Amino acid sequence: MTGAAASAPGSRPWQRYTRGQRLARFAAWLAAVAVLVWSAGTLDIHWPFVLDAPRQAGDLLGRMLPPEWPFFAQVIGPMVETINIATLGTLLGAALSVPVALMAAQNTTLNAATLWAARVVVVASRSVNELVWALLFGVVFGPGAMAGMVAVGVSSVGFVSKLVAEGIEEVDGGQVEAIAATGASRGQVLIYAVLPQVLPTIIGVLTFRWDINIRQSSIIGLVGAGGIGITLNNEMNSFAWANVTVILIAIFAVVMASEWVSAQLRRRVT
Amino acid sequence: MSGASAQAPRRWRPAPRIANPWLRRGLWVLAVAYVAFAVADMEFDVERFISGIPRGVDMVASMFPPDFSRWRLLVDGLVESLQMAFFATGIGLVLSVPVAVAAATNVAPRWLYALARVYIGLSRTFPEVLIAIFFVKAFGFGAFAGVLTLVVASTGFIGKLLAEEIEAIDPGQVEAMRATGAGPAHVLLFGVAPQVLPRFVGLMIYRLDINLRESTILGIVGAGGIGAVLYNSFARYEYDFSMAILLAIIAVVLVAEWFSGYTRARIT
Amino acid sequence: MLTIDKLTKTYADGHQALRDCSFTVPGAQVVAVIGPSGAGKSTLIRCINRLVAPTRGHVHLGDTDLTAAGTAGLRDVRRRIGMIFQEFNLIERLTVMENVLAGRLATVSFLQAFLRRFPAGDIDRAFELLGRVGLDGYENSRADALSGGQRQRVGIARALMQEPELLLVDEPTSSLDPKVARSIMGLICELAGERRIPALINIHDVGLALGFAQRVIGLNGGRVVFDGAPEAVDEAVLTRIYGADEWRDAFRQEGGEDMLAAGGAAS
Ligand SMILES: Nc1ncnc2c1ncn2[C@@H]1O[C@H](COP(=O)(O)OP(=O)(O)OP(=O)(O)O)[C@@H](O)[C@H]1O
Ligand SMILES: [Mg+2]
Repeated sequence: MTGAAASAPGSRPWQRYTRGQRLARFAAWLAAVAVLVWSAGTLDIHWPFVLDAPRQAGDLLGRMLPPEWPFFAQVIGPMVETINIATLGTLLGAALSVPVALMAAQNTTLNAATLWAARVVVVASRSVNELVWALLFGVVFGPGAMAGMVAVGVSSVGFVSKLVAEGIEEVDGGQVEAIAATGASRGQVLIYAVLPQVLPTIIGVLTFRWDINIRQSSIIGLVGAGGIGITLNNEMNSFAWANVTVILIAIFAVVMASEWVSAQLRRRVT
Repeated sequence: MSGASAQAPRRWRPAPRIANPWLRRGLWVLAVAYVAFAVADMEFDVERFISGIPRGVDMVASMFPPDFSRWRLLVDGLVESLQMAFFATGIGLVLSVPVAVAAATNVAPRWLYALARVYIGLSRTFPEVLIAIFFVKAFGFGAFAGVLTLVVASTGFIGKLLAEEIEAIDPGQVEAMRATGAGPAHVLLFGVAPQVLPRFVGLMIYRLDINLRESTILGIVGAGGIGAVLYNSFARYEYDFSMAILLAIIAVVLVAEWFSGYTRARIT
Repeated sequence: MLTIDKLTKTYADGHQALRDCSFTVPGAQVVAVIGPSGAGKSTLIRCINRLVAPTRGHVHLGDTDLTAAGTAGLRDVRRRIGMIFQEFNLIERLTVMENVLAGRLATVSFLQAFLRRFPAGDIDRAFELLGRVGLDGYENSRADALSGGQRQRVGIARALMQEPELLLVDEPTSSLDPKVARSIMGLICELAGERRIPALINIHDVGLALGFAQRVIGLNGGRVVFDGAPEAVDEAVLTRIYGADEWRDAFRQEGGEDMLAAGGAAS
């Protein structure tokens, strides 16, 4: 795949690759194309459905437009709940990430066991989708915002901990050593030497994650875990497509606004 | 020595981030009030939670040992997810090139730019699952809807980042191309493409990683892949099977992450 | 009094950085430790406050055996020893005042440190020290906004804030230009003298070492190969410490020939 850079005219001459490297690049390309063909060939496409799709889509669009604006009043409540789920979920995720990030960083972890335990937590949190977490916590908390908030929090832990741990690992060891040399305790070294150095990373990662969580909170309702997703599901099930349009517009606006807010917050930390 | 010791002790407090005390306090009050409101609004039902604990314990207990006996179902779903991800990444990649070109201020005409930005905005704002719902409505259940979803999401994602890359290219090289009398296509091919290609490959790998994760979940709304199997196992309380599926997904995600890291390290 | 007895350090990779180093620093004395790169100067200093764990041997500060201190004891030991670094090692994103107050961390609780609630007496003394090192009015500047010389002054204030019984100084001037380097060296020696505490200063610049120290210890290959007054440092001694010829180049660059000719008269 990397052969692309070499074969492009006008770039550096590709003589700098040996014959072996060129072969490897060619093989990578070939493999990529083979995978693509294999994937396409086995995709089970229902042609009647596909041919019918433009009509279906047009039909759907016709029902969705114009938006049923008065429905907006019923969107506000669930939308606020969505934002709350995202915000509290981010806070919960931040709190849970404190020990995980510390244990997942080579230079602050206690021993090999804590390092690996933290890594397992990170992997589990990151690989399991929010919707699945929402399903799991729905069993414990029952359907509703609480399950959604915990799901959002738990699924944030991996992302936040991983990035913050990377920040901790990049901390200047000299500053840490200087504070340790004053006779400070381990905890004091963490808050006085490590925390100030990773604070910009922490704030950046959290605001970024909050932005992601707003998006996620708008769909976890599809599995019953609170927020606008529940309203969306209800309206779709009752084929109230003009209401669905209003919901989509609301989601769009909130996501755009959250992206702007989180970018502003990130810009302010130095 | 200075005379400071003779005076009353000097006071010092760490300088607050927000200098105006009223603004600072106001923001604190607002923040605390908001969190209080948000927590109250959760309508946390203590009784429901307490009765939920044994249910949760039961669920976790019944997850072990994971049940791999229906591995055919699992493998089929997983393979379909992989195919969706691979295919969508490939198609998405190809389609993201025109999207990126159209969304770059320095090469696209105004109207096209506006159009491309609207498309990118829409496809990036809505979560994949939401987009999938509509493709399922239009194209019926199955992997096809899932592939379309991932294609749309990929073109928005790669298109935006690639457009930024195009906007940041060295205008000197483009000028040089124009000066030779080359047409727009030539300018793109010889002046722009070489400068953005390395980044392009990096984005492709990155997006493949994301698509793999998403493809395991789209089945929940009927858009193909292992998600449907997972959702059904939950609905039927077959938690040991759910656990097996989750472990399989984690394994795939880990391999994808390793592959992504490995390739990106080799590129740059 | 600082007593070093047969101190030996073997790093995990088997490298012997210190071999049976022994010497005593009685009372207030500025001791320059010189030697070629890799001689073990930093290792020596770090073994004293146990930023590096010594392999064998003992270090006594007064009556305390530093090598025997446990976790809690070690904190107290470190509190009693001020350290100044080549790269200053200030917390860049904190203010000058917070950096100076870091010298009091061993005496406050975790929560006090988190909230920066230091006793009024400490804050008063920090202001006094800032004035003493010439940084009046800089208390609310961020450390990363200061020049190299100013940063080292903050580093000195932080070390003195500990009310140390000993100063360990690792190449305090190597990141500074020659003029600032002299003034920083002068400041350290002056403050150590005022407080009547010994200072162990690693330094590459032989000229500065001879100019400011009351005693010179030469290290080579982890061994003490010279220990005596600056006046006694002649070509033969420098050859012993640095090896034949090599020292001349280093020395000439630092403009120290005159210093040597004057017999270290500056001290
Ligand atoms: N952490 C370590 N692990 C292994 N070897 C080390 C370590 N730190 C230092 N050394 C080695 O120990 C020897 C002494 O190092 P030290 O830093 O004490 O020398 P130095 O005299 O301070 O040199 P310089 O003048 O360059 O600062 C060197 O050979 C060095 O490579
Ligand atoms: Mg050194």
